[in-house]
This record gives sequence, C-alpha cells and structure tokens, in this order.
Amino acid sequence: MRPLDETETTVVFEKLFKFVGNNLKKIVENPSDEGPESTPGSYCFRLQKNRVYYVSEALVKRATNISRKNLVSLGTCIGKYTHAGSFHLTIMSLNILAANAKHKVWLKPTSEMSFLYGNHVLKGGLGRITDSIVPGDGVVVFSMSDVPLGFGIAAKSTQDCRKLDPNGIVVLHQADIGEYLRDEDEL
Amino acid sequence: MAALTRNKKNRTNSQTPPLNKRTKSSPMKKAAKSQKPPLKKQRRCIPEEKPVIATDEEEEEEIEQSLQGDEGSESGSDFFSDGDGEDVNDDGDADDLLDGSDDEEGTLDSDSDESDIEIKSRAIDKKRKKEEQDAKDEFTMNIKEQPDEFQLPTKKELEAEALGAPDLPNLQIRIREIVRVLSNFKDLRPDGAKRTDYVDQLKADLCSYYGYNEFLIGTLIEMFSVVELMELIEAFEKKRPTSIRTNTLKTRRRDLADVLLNRGVNLDPLSKWSKVGLIVYDSQVPIGATPEYLAGFYMLQSASSFLPVMALAPQEKERVVDMAAAPGGKTTYVAALMKNTGIIYANEMKVPRLKSLCANLHRMGVTNTIVCNYDGRELSKVLGQNSVDRVLLDAPCSGTGVISKDESVKTSKSADDINKFAHLQKQLILSAIDLVDANSKTGGYIVYSTCSIMIPENEAVIDYALKKRDVKVVPCGLDFGQPGFSSFREQRFHPSVEKTRRFYPHVHNMDGFFVAKLKKMSNAMQPTETDKPAETMRQAQVSSSDDDEEAEAIEELKKPSVANGQPKRESNTKEYKKRQKFPRSKETHKGKRNTSIKSESGSGTVEEPRKQKKKRSQWKNEIAQAREEKRNAMRENAKERPKHRK
Repeated sequence: MRPLDETETTVVFEKLFKFVGNNLKKIVENPSDEGPESTPGSYCFRLQKNRVYYVSEALVKRATNISRKNLVSLGTCIGKYTHAGSFHLTIMSLNILAANAKHKVWLKPTSEMSFLYGNHVLKGGLGRITDSIVPGDGVVVFSMSDVPLGFGIAAKSTQDCRKLDPNGIVVLHQADIGEYLRDEDEL
Repeated sequence: MAALTRNKKNRTNSQTPPLNKRTKSSPMKKAAKSQKPPLKKQRRCIPEEKPVIATDEEEEEEIEQSLQGDEGSESGSDFFSDGDGEDVNDDGDADDLLDGSDDEEGTLDSDSDESDIEIKSRAIDKKRKKEEQDAKDEFTMNIKEQPDEFQLPTKKELEAEALGAPDLPNLQIRIREIVRVLSNFKDLRPDGAKRTDYVDQLKADLCSYYGYNEFLIGTLIEMFSVVELMELIEAFEKKRPTSIRTNTLKTRRRDLADVLLNRGVNLDPLSKWSKVGLIVYDSQVPIGATPEYLAGFYMLQSASSFLPVMALAPQEKERVVDMAAAPGGKTTYVAALMKNTGIIYANEMKVPRLKSLCANLHRMGVTNTIVCNYDGRELSKVLGQNSVDRVLLDAPCSGTGVISKDESVKTSKSADDINKFAHLQKQLILSAIDLVDANSKTGGYIVYSTCSIMIPENEAVIDYALKKRDVKVVPCGLDFGQPGFSSFREQRFHPSVEKTRRFYPHVHNMDGFFVAKLKKMSNAMQPTETDKPAETMRQAQVSSSDDDEEAEAIEELKKPSVANGQPKRESNTKEYKKRQKFPRSKETHKGKRNTSIKSESGSGTVEEPRKQKKKRSQWKNEIAQAREEKRNAMRENAKERPKHRK
C-alpha cells in the first residue's frame, strides 16, 4: 500500500471531476469519524495492487502493520488501473459519487431493470434529468426513489435529449449495481 | 373343452371373485396356464393367502383335466380353440354356475344334476361366508399388528430387512413405537426388555430412515431425551424461513418493509428481540436480486447470525476484529451498529471467500473496514497483542446445527472431524483472547459462536479458554436461548458455562447455534484464580481421561481444609505427594509433564503457595457453592412435591 504519486493522482482526480465537478474538494477534505480518536481525521487515497482506495488516515495508520500480501481491502475501493495504465472507476465508488454528483439522471421504474442488466439508458426510460449536461460528462443514474443505480457518460446534452426519439441513447452505461451479482469475480 | 374355454372368457366378464381354480379354461396346456396368473391378479381383491391355495388347486385340476384330457391338441391349437371358445357365449352360463358353485374340492361333473337356482343360491351363500370370514380375519390381523405390547424385531426379521430396500412406512411406525415406549419406559416396557436394546434399534432405524451416520445419531441421542430428539430431527428436515437484515446505514426497517411490500414480497418483523430483522414468507421477485438488495438496503442473513453480533454490542469508535468474516453478514452488522465509526478488521483465511466479503462490504456502504487475509491464529502477532476492544469469533465448525441447509453434514461428520475442529477452535479462541486489551475503557469482550450443537466444539472450548487465560464468562444478553451444559456425561465444566446460550431449530425456529461472551479480566497470560501448580496439573489432565478430572476435583476440594490448617511447606509436600500418585496412574507423556510440576513446586517460594492456595480454594469454593445451591434447590423441589401430594 502506498500513496498515489503525481501522475496517478491527476488521473484519478480528472475522472472524479467529470462526475462531481467542484465537489471534489469536499471529497478530499471530508472529515471522517473513523478511528478511535475523537477528533475527526481526513481522507486520503492509497494504492494497493492496482486498486485505488479512499480511506481515512486513521485507518491507514492501523493498516500499516498488515503485510502487502495479506492486505485485501481498505475503506472504499473507488477504481482500478488496467494493464494498459488507464484508470477506471468501479461500481464500489458509487456511494461517494452519488453523494456529490453534479449531473444526475432519474430512471422510470420500467427501465430500472434494463439498466441493471448493463444496457444503456434510452430516452424512453428517462424520468428526470438535470440541466446543463454536456456530452462527455459523467452522470450518476438514480431511480425515481433516489436510490443510486450506477453511473455513465452522457451521450447528448440536455437540450438534445428533448429532441431525441425514444430509442436514442442518453447515457452510456459504465457501471451499475447489478454488477454485484453479475460480475462478482471482477470486483 | 369348449365349455372350459367359454368359462374362462365368461369369467373375465363376470364380477364373481375368482374363488375357484376352475378359472383355467383350457386343459393343462402351459400356454393357458401362463395366461391364468395375470387374470387372477387383476380380479384379486382379497388377502394373498387365497391365491396360494388357489394355485395349488389349479395344479390339481390341471392334472385332473389333463387326465380327462383332450385329444392330443398342441399349444398352437389350444390358442385356436381358446379363440373359438371365446366367440361362443351362450353355453357359458350353466358352466359358470357350475364353476362358481365349486369349492376348493369340487369337480366338474358332480353338480350338473342339481337345479340351477339351488346352485346359484349355494354359491351366493358360500360367497357371503367367505367374505365374512375374510373380514373377521382382517380385523384380527390388524389388531395383532398393533398390540399394546410392542415387540422389537427379531434378528431374523432384521436380516431379512437388511437384504431388501428399507421399508420406509414400516420404519416410521417402528420408530414411533419405540419412542412411545422409551418415553415412559417403566410403564410401557414388556417384561425382560432392556432399554439399550430399544435405544440401539432406534438408532439403527433413525440412521436408515433419515439418512444420518451412526456417530451423529449416537451423540444426538446422548444429548436429548427421546421425544425432543424426534422433534429436533424433524426440524432438521425442514428449512428455516428466509430472513433479511435491514442495513441501518442506509435505510430504516419500516421504509424497507414498505418498499418490499410494494414489490410483492410477503414479510413480517422477525421477532421482538430484533429491531432490524425481517422474515420473508414468499415473494414474487427473487429476494436476492431486487434493486434494493443491490443498493445495499438489506442483507440476506439467517436469524441465528444476528445473535453473536447482538451479544458483542460494539460501541462507536471502538476497534473490533472479526476473525472469520466471510461472507460478511456479521461484519456489516457490526459496522452498522458502530455507524461507520471506529475501525473493523475483517479477517478471512480462505482466498476464494474474500471476494464475496469485499463485495458485501462495499455494497452495504461500509467504509471503516480493513480486510486482511491471515490465518486467525497469527492475528495476535500481526495486529499486536492487547490492541483491540472487542473480538468476534464465529469459528469454523462441523455445521451440525445447519443440517437443514446442508444435508451432507448428516453423513460426512465423524468423531475425528469434531476433534479436529475442536482443536482448531481452541487455538483460535486463545488467539482472540490475546488480541483483546483487558484495560480498554469500553470493551474487553470476546464473543465466541458456532453454528454447531456438539459439546466438544462449544462448552469444551469455553472451558479450555477459562483454564488457559484470565477471562470470565458473562451473560450475553440473549435471554431467550437455552443455557449451555455445565456437565455432560463424565465431563464437568466450570459452572459459569451455564451463562452461554444454545439455540435449537425445534425450540426457537432458527438454525442450531451456540453463543458465549467472555470478558478479559487482565492481560496476564495465566488465569489468576488458579495457581500455577494446579494449572499445570490441569494442563496435564486436559488430555487425560475424564475420570481423572473428577478425582482431581474431589482431591482439590479436600485440599483447602488441609492447606489452611497446616504450615505451607508441609501442605506443599502433602499435595506434592498426592500429585505423585497421579503420574503413576497416567501415561508416560503425562508423567513427563508432572516432572516439570515437581521441579516448579520444589522451587516455589513460601509466599506464593499461600496466595495461590487461597485463590485455588476460592475457586473451588465457588464451584462447591454452586453445586450446593443446586442440591438445595433439588431438595426444596422434592419437599414441595410430597407436600402437594398430601
């Protein structure tokens, strides 16, 4: 387990910025109640076996005496590096993203299951959408009852969405909570 | 001949029971004979005795008819003639009557002189008599089969049974009968019968009827009364209801229940002892795949798994270790109770199970956890001794409490397996105790739980921990369970083992489970209430026969009276001598340990024996007091009963 170096940090922050925008500051400086001391510490990122974890400092301190071979996971895993060297956010980061998301999309109940199977979001399944979405933005997908379902990349801007026919793709699927059942091994 | 063939055909049409052997129409030919039995069986509606007699008479008549004989017809022509005979119906009636009227002895020709009506009436009378006789026989036969005095099957019968496939209804009846007799053995047993015979027969029947191996049935019979045993085994055959646990980090039970009801799930709150549990009766959608499940609002968890975490009661901002965490149901519950504060170390030894543990932790939104992959016995070296506040040890076990989930346990567990598990569990519990900091402000607790009902894995492990470390059993707060055994057969455990709790499927409708809560009194490696010599004595005797343990206990009860009244060195030597008696009776390896005792006691100072004797006598007094209280309670009960009778 080691802290991220410069390049890695920039890559991770860029990805997060797409989804949370200026709330990135909040994420980094979030006071944490973890750890036995009464004063809250802060969170930080750590790299372990090609996975990036978002943990509070107190936890990091305690985890140092666990050897690298035997340490499996710390706090929350937010993503992993592929062999090629690019960074992808995984579904396990959903909690952090959802709390701080800038662009949101709400799905109708009928198309929830379709998204959970890994399909893209179509215009026909769209319930609500936040304004000022630019193509290429990160979007967090919710159900009508505000349950976060996953996230993806916006394919069209908000205005274009209104003109689209019902089968047009609005959000390109990146990750959804159905993966906990489908792709357990990949996590 | 033609008449005979016609009779055969007519007989198939008529409804008269085949009381006579004349059913064979064609004389003697084997082809015809082969046709007979199927016909007869079709019409047969009475006990099997008749056919036996009937076929005998068939043969008689066959011979008769063959003597009377046809004119050298072959089997081929017989078929032909049969066919001819069957075409002609008219002449059949008279012949029918003739045949119907014949009894076992009758012959063809003699009746032809009498009138038709008389023949008919005779036939009807005889039929009626036969039916009455059969009915009476059945009645008496039935009564004989279920007498008040149940007889065990003889060896011959058992051998005959063993040859064929097990006769399940028969077995079930016999099992019930034996249970009935054993439940009130004094009154219901037939003279000269021994209890062990009945018990052995019951064991064998239960093994073959329910599919258990002998070891498991043997231990269960020792643990439970016969009636309770049947209830337990029946409960193991059925599945416990599915239950789920609300994730309080993300939602509340009421809200979750509403959402799931909308999805078409039929559910109820689990029980009054849990505020987060829900029991699912049935559902239209798969309960493990709803969007709420995937979003981490609840966890599929059996009710018995709530118990150790409730007993542990972790507080916020504590450091907690879960030594066998996968698949993560209990770990996530701990995190929910701690509200994501503090630190949880979730350890799991088997690599394939780590994935599901991580996935569950992330799904439920737990952020304060470190997952590591160690053998539980090494954890105290890795994390440091005396470093955490609470430890949860849900030890790997034989799984005899969850037979309803996994039937293979019935046949695959043997005494060796249980001993191996017990050994591993003892090591794990010591490691767990070493992890905990006794001086922690809020904690210092260890919860040990297994999903097994076997005593060597439960009470024996707790007793071992009590002897080896400075810990105390405390009430776990689960009052609705059954208390643990403080003595079983020849084993005697510390009386505080009664504060542990056992749960059974037939009593509590959850999987068989055992929970014990220990408090660490101090960080010393030795238990303070017993002195070193006595402790090493006990160490030597841990693997000894249980008779020796009893003898030692009795000896030590005597010791306080001896020790107090005399100077320490003298009493030391007396104990030394008593101890010397033991090595002689034991095996060589125990003798080696006792030599170490001798050296220790020889070099001990004057003051230590005094304190140690006092503490030992205190501990022994505790046990003696507990036993006396029990005896007094028994006496009071005994007094009350005669008073009531009077």
